[in-house]
Amino acid sequence: MAENRYLLNAQLAQMLKGGVIMDVVNVEQAQIAQEAGAVAVMALERVPADIRRQGGVARMSDPGLIKAIKEAVTIPVMAKARIGHFVEAQILQALKIDYIDESEVLTPADEECHIDKSAFNIPFVCGARNLGEALRRIVEGAAMIRTKGEAGTGNVVEAVRHMRTMNREIRQLANLPVEEVISFAKSNGLPYELALEVKRLGRLPVVNFAAGGIATPADAALMMQLGCDGVFVGSGIFKSSDPARRARAIVKATAYYNDPEKLLEVSVDLGEPMSGLDVTNMPSEQRLAGRGW
Amino acid sequence: MSAGADPGPIGVLDLQGGVQEHLDHLRRIGVAARPVKRATELVGLAGLIIPGGESTCLARLLHIFDLDTAIRTAHGQGLPLWGTCAGAILLAHENVGETPCLDLIDIAVSRNAFGSQLDSFNCEVAVPAVAATPIPLTFIRAPKIVRAGAGVRVLLSLEDYIAAAEDDQVLVTVFHPELTPSLAFHRYFARKCGLSVNAADVDPDWTPQSWMRGGAAP
Repeated sequence: MAENRYLLNAQLAQMLKGGVIMDVVNVEQAQIAQEAGAVAVMALERVPADIRRQGGVARMSDPGLIKAIKEAVTIPVMAKARIGHFVEAQILQALKIDYIDESEVLTPADEECHIDKSAFNIPFVCGARNLGEALRRIVEGAAMIRTKGEAGTGNVVEAVRHMRTMNREIRQLANLPVEEVISFAKSNGLPYELALEVKRLGRLPVVNFAAGGIATPADAALMMQLGCDGVFVGSGIFKSSDPARRARAIVKATAYYNDPEKLLEVSVDLGEPMSGLDVTNMPSEQRLAGRGW
Repeated sequence: MSAGADPGPIGVLDLQGGVQEHLDHLRRIGVAARPVKRATELVGLAGLIIPGGESTCLARLLHIFDLDTAIRTAHGQGLPLWGTCAGAILLAHENVGETPCLDLIDIAVSRNAFGSQLDSFNCEVAVPAVAATPIPLTFIRAPKIVRAGAGVRVLLSLEDYIAAAEDDQVLVTVFHPELTPSLAFHRYFARKCGLSVNAADVDPDWTPQSWMRGGAAP
């Protein structure tokens, strides 16, 4: 990928800051999301809550479905490829969507290698649980990062854990004398050059969104106040009792994340949220965040 | 405003999108700047920038929080406005195939006129009205201005579309000067707001990560 292409891709993510990206499984949901003020939609066949419930191998969605959604909206369209499945990514690039999510929500296709994202012109967003994971994805060519959280649970606890972990590690790095950076980088699996850049910037060197378990306007504002640049909402909208209303409320809460009066106003009478899953007692094989490294 | 009075800062609409990038560029040219999230914050501004982002999202939020009415009123009272990319869409009189939002400059825009993100691009062109040296331009999922009305001056035409235009009070650019080292359009807009600015064409210290300063982890 040419340097200016990577920059353009990172800059598209900049234009999404302060916005909400919503999972949608059909044209009707995509239109509801756009109407509610989503900055992009993630087109997929099943939301994570259903992938989790139905089991089996989760793959890239049918390109026909993604194409139909692309034709139905004017906002950017994202779609998911399996971790390491570079041919799914080639197909999504040929489909000319706007962003690929190399996602742990789908069943990984490769347990050793993530996609060499630098070989593509299309931008990628990848999930991360900590600073090392985020920087390894950026070295591979990701132009945007998101927390992994625990998708399909409606439980924000893992997204909070991942964001707090990244923040803590960034603060540690920022306070280290430069001669100690190499050892910190070694023990935390950070690419050294990028570790120096994070130290200088005091944050990730690309846009960083929250994802995984966000179900309410308060969840979205929580992640924003923890320092995320924007929010992905997967199952949280279309698994709730009144998706259009909840989608609008989460958009407003993300824009006014620092204003408790506005947050109160938008949180009233939203109907039932998606039912949540306890993550603490979840067996490790059911945890999606453990996929990828 | 009376001579010698403080003209006030230039505001940047802070609902979604490239807000920090514009605030940083305004500071680079030595102009006071502040984010604008509420209608009350429109008072006392020298001008207002509506940044790039997603125009449908921005339009919804403008409407829900009555900022659209407040911006129209402020425009009616003489507030200069500049829309970049999505901001230009919001300011347009006509948005092909869609409902216009603020309708404050007589242009027609066509959304996503270049295609998907794979069609986003950079170029460098001369805009004599704005700077003596060529200006780097960044187009990201950009719209095209496909028509300019009688009272509108075209600042830059490329191929089959208009990329920058203005009337006496409103400036529109379909590209993103705030994503480049060029300060020329910010200087141009500040002068349009009646501010006296003598910044260079380019900030040599700008990097693509400049907007992140001050965005440190909480």
